[in-house]
Amino acid sequence: MDIIRSIEEAQMRTDLPEFGPGDTLKVHVKVVEGDRERIQVFEGVCIKRDGGGLTETFTVRKISQGVGVERTFPVHSPRIDRIEVVRKGRVRRARLFYLRDRIGKAARIKERR
Amino acid sequence: MTQIFDDSGNLVPVTVVEVGPCRVVQKKTVETDGYEAVQVGIGRQKESRVNKPLKGHYAKAGVEPHRYLREIRVEDSEVMKALEVGQELRADLFQPGEYVDVTGITKGKGFAGVIKRWNFRRGPMSHGSMYHRRVGSLGATDPQRVFKGRKLPGRMGGDRRTVQGLRVVKVDAERNLLLIRGSVPGAKGSLLEIRETVKKKA
Repeated sequence: MDIIRSIEEAQMRTDLPEFGPGDTLKVHVKVVEGDRERIQVFEGVCIKRDGGGLTETFTVRKISQGVGVERTFPVHSPRIDRIEVVRKGRVRRARLFYLRDRIGKAARIKERR
Repeated sequence: MTQIFDDSGNLVPVTVVEVGPCRVVQKKTVETDGYEAVQVGIGRQKESRVNKPLKGHYAKAGVEPHRYLREIRVEDSEVMKALEVGQELRADLFQPGEYVDVTGITKGKGFAGVIKRWNFRRGPMSHGSMYHRRVGSLGATDPQRVFKGRKLPGRMGGDRRTVQGLRVVKVDAERNLLLIRGSVPGAKGSLLEIRETVKKKA
């Protein structure tokens, strides 16, 4: 097999749930403070998935103290402890950048059942 | 190029380099050649493609014909003694964390203008400027000629270039692979020379 592919595939994670844009996620991130490691939860709406293979990333947006915060994670990062899908959302596009211009009620996403 | 996660979970951009199997074809010594170096061969070459003098050269070393032969200078006489003609060199010559210099032939860019080739700035694209990506002034009028070395359009790329101080991230001795941090000159599949770095970073 292609050498680069095999190097990438060796590092890919298979333990993550399926999720996509519109879904509300709880991302449990390992944070290193000095020599201690703890887990921090980042909860928000997934607004995009970008790229493919090992280099794939996803972006989660949340409103923290009235300020919009977006954080992009590599999907296969070992710093991610686990991902919880809180809610599946029904959206009609792959990139939910329109959420950036909306706040409160207007930024709601319908649940998919 | 690809990416790899290191032990602390950081994403490191790496170039995957297949190193060998290489073989020492000849040792050049001060007595016979006036300097110390090893001649290293890489890649297979069909017997029928090798001319007679070269065939003799390979036969003397007792190795199969190689596609490429390159010389690497060796300063350390201890290392020189440890190397033998016919010996196979593998990826485990390098340690993870070591710094290396990588030499290769850069990708050819063809006939390139002055903006791509020398990072000149372009003129305004609109408002009737009529001066977009051109060369501009070639110098003063007084010498009544253009000085040598004037940066002008021309062939770009395809030059031998060395990138210094790249870190070896991972060594795969089994598959003979080196993962080197960052990018490396040349197209995919092209030949590289990897040396110990001349500027030692601890």
